[in-house]
Amino acid sequence: MMKNFIILLVLIATFAPSAFADSSKVLDVQKLKTPAGIEVWLVQDKTIPVISMSYSFDGGLAYDPDDKPGVGRLVSILLDEGAGDMTGQEFQSSLADNSIDMKFTAGRDAFYGRLKTLKANKDVSFHLLALALNKPRFDGDAIERLRNANVTVIREDMADPDWLVEHSFNGMVFEGHPYGAPALGTLDSMTKITKQDLLDYVHAQFGRDGLKVTIAGDLSREEATKAVDDVFATLPAQAEQLDEKAPEFKSTGKTIMLPINAPQTYISVGEAGLKRTDKDWAAATIINYILGGNSADARLTREMHKKRGLTSVVTSTLTGMKHAGVIQASFTADNGKVAEGLQALRQEWTRLATDGATDEEVQAAKAYLTGSLPLELTSTSSISDHLNELQREGLDSDYINQRNAAINAVTTPDVKRVSARLLKPDNLTTIIVGQPPGFSADIMLDHPPGMAVPQQK
Amino acid sequence: MRFFKIITAVAFGLLMAIPAAEAKDFNAETFTLKNGLQVVVIPDHRTPVVTHMIWYKFGAADEPRGKSGIAHFVERLLFRGTTHVPDGQFSLIVKKLGGNENAFTTPDYTAFYQDVALPHLPRVMEMEADRMTNLVLDDDQVAAERQTNIEERRERIDAVPQAAFQEQLRSVLFINHPYSTPAIGWRHELEGLTRDDAMTTYKTWYAPNNAILVVSGDITAEELKPLAEKYYGDIPVAEVPERNRPLPAPLVANMQVVYKDPQVGVPLVIKAYRAPRGSDALELLTEIAGGGMSSRLYKDLVIDQHLAVSGGTDYDPISFNDTSFSLYASPAPGVSVQKLEAALDQEAAKLADAGVTPEELKSAQHRLIATRFYYLDSLQGPAILFGRALASGFDISYLENWTDRIGKLTVPDVNKAAKTLFAPESIPVTGFLLPSGATASVQNKEPLTPPPSFTGGER
Repeated sequence: MMKNFIILLVLIATFAPSAFADSSKVLDVQKLKTPAGIEVWLVQDKTIPVISMSYSFDGGLAYDPDDKPGVGRLVSILLDEGAGDMTGQEFQSSLADNSIDMKFTAGRDAFYGRLKTLKANKDVSFHLLALALNKPRFDGDAIERLRNANVTVIREDMADPDWLVEHSFNGMVFEGHPYGAPALGTLDSMTKITKQDLLDYVHAQFGRDGLKVTIAGDLSREEATKAVDDVFATLPAQAEQLDEKAPEFKSTGKTIMLPINAPQTYISVGEAGLKRTDKDWAAATIINYILGGNSADARLTREMHKKRGLTSVVTSTLTGMKHAGVIQASFTADNGKVAEGLQALRQEWTRLATDGATDEEVQAAKAYLTGSLPLELTSTSSISDHLNELQREGLDSDYINQRNAAINAVTTPDVKRVSARLLKPDNLTTIIVGQPPGFSADIMLDHPPGMAVPQQK
Repeated sequence: MRFFKIITAVAFGLLMAIPAAEAKDFNAETFTLKNGLQVVVIPDHRTPVVTHMIWYKFGAADEPRGKSGIAHFVERLLFRGTTHVPDGQFSLIVKKLGGNENAFTTPDYTAFYQDVALPHLPRVMEMEADRMTNLVLDDDQVAAERQTNIEERRERIDAVPQAAFQEQLRSVLFINHPYSTPAIGWRHELEGLTRDDAMTTYKTWYAPNNAILVVSGDITAEELKPLAEKYYGDIPVAEVPERNRPLPAPLVANMQVVYKDPQVGVPLVIKAYRAPRGSDALELLTEIAGGGMSSRLYKDLVIDQHLAVSGGTDYDPISFNDTSFSLYASPAPGVSVQKLEAALDQEAAKLADAGVTPEELKSAQHRLIATRFYYLDSLQGPAILFGRALASGFDISYLENWTDRIGKLTVPDVNKAAKTLFAPESIPVTGFLLPSGATASVQNKEPLTPPPSFTGGER
């Protein structure tokens, strides 16, 4: 009897996928509203007893005081160092004993958090998170300890050429705007930040109006609704409003050098791009893939690496933020090959802007970009993070399921038109970190933007 | 998400009845083809994608003397052409399928993988099987790839002080054992690698009976078997040498590795001990001693004594030969690296003499047991785990019984392992990574990230 029953199940099961699977749907995203009015996106999956909750508050770097960058960073590493009645060590022990992964990140446009936990430990997990967000302690000894730890990270960054080139780009292009500020703070700001700054940051930013919550994993609608209100409902209804402005791009067309003592040179080149909500975003993702995306056949890779051996890796990235976008390419080169590398890069930038791409290139880009989407969604945390970003950008909960259609709708003429709109070689800002001999720059830096080293005591 | 396919997995699990062990942490299914290719399937039906990996039981520690880097060099050359796939097309074809792919070489194995949507699995299997035997190389290709390979070494090791430091430290720790040779190879030997070296290595080690196929994702063993037979089943068996490696020589002198570089922001101190492979007790010990902000090292050195800004331990049980257990920390402002080194010695002595507490053990057991679910909550996680373990000479039960064994260990078990690890005759190698011009008391630095280990949750 039992055996027959199992065989029957197998037969049903074997035929089921073709009959039932809805291949056009990447994820089934449910949209909920809690009694406290918080919007939640939920992707239920009961196969593994794990829950990931990603959430974010509007704001991010803009909430750091101008003269004290790094307040958000310190908040992000101190929220799990004691809350309510629990000391830092009690809080940390409870996280460890219950295998809870609780993370916070002060990002450019938002303050992000993610909780990953086992279903069996969900109650204690949500309780700890509620404490951390509603009643952080910011005890003096924890502040001192993590301030020191953060200073070491800043020192390490300042010795790291990859970080220097990235920060110098943002610092120069977004000079005077929060996007250009050093997110981890500076050696100087770390000496000034007080407990009150941390409390002010939390009270100003953690409001329910700018909150987006996404959950993936083994949690029902009812459980999700309750959990979200248990954590977030007691936060203020409204965050403090900021007067946010879009940045003006600075140093456009300029070459900027930060000399360091290194065996090779680190280079980043970029200009204004598009926001994710732009009607040409899908075309821009195709253009970025063709230019310098994740393929051995990308134009920059073909020309600079394969054909001319000017670098071993060159990649381009397209970044969409709330108030701006950037398209950027980065590579490292022998000190003697920097000028030739830059020339090759500008040549490819110009060629794509002028002539657009071939049908074959557009097809290959679409095939990769559409085909690889499910590969980005293979864990509860990758799903909740990915969706939270879409939710944050004001996109529809079904956007993930329409995204591939948007990519496929882009034509080769669209790519040509948007390339001309997006790629303007004369606007490129070039950052050189290193000491290429005989290379002249428009601007010479003696320290990373906004990060003068304080006088030694 | 896809309810009916989940029933398939459960039902087949009952029917096929090929339990790898009594306990089943990962519910892996396994079979072996007639030519000796071992196949492992870890079903995960949440998303219609798979990761397809082939693992060769051949790594840098199996290379002939004087040919360091040949394992990694051959890995690179496998992305050139075969009799069926033209030069450089392998990666492009996978990209056009919407897939991601790569390869990696370590001292113990060489592995290749592709992540693709389920319908494209047969195509990547066909191509991976093809390059197990049909590699085509000419001297020009080898010469070009040799240059790029040297370039890769320069970028990854020579230009990265943390990597160059680790390389030197291992060369001392594993003296006379091939783990003392870096997997990427020494530069002067990379310059001399030839097409013949590559082809000899390829023909010696690349064979179905020396490989493990691991597939994780939206598929079962029942569904994979005909595909495995179709694409890999006809590849002939080859005679593959034993993996005989010389044993490490005893460490009798106190050795220090000091590395200074302007790109080091703050110092790092490491005490590296030789340690047995596959020790559950040491996995628990590393979790207790150095697993995060509630660990021994962090509490003692960072919170209580204010000597360090960060610190931890590193032990990876999955290794073909005996491996290492390290304690590391970065000093707090104004603390000398010598003082910090003494504090690390103190921690080792405390663990050896007083051992761990029942509370520490219980908490660490809970955490390790939970990582099983975190592994399952990823596509590649369990596949990499199985590939690494099997290619390093463990069997499936090592992983399937893992949480069961971890849960049964007692305080005396862990204490005994700690006592042996830190015994007076076990001499560690001490490493100092310092900013250029640094003296004994300089500022501090975040530690280098230790390699992903079995105990790490998310990769």
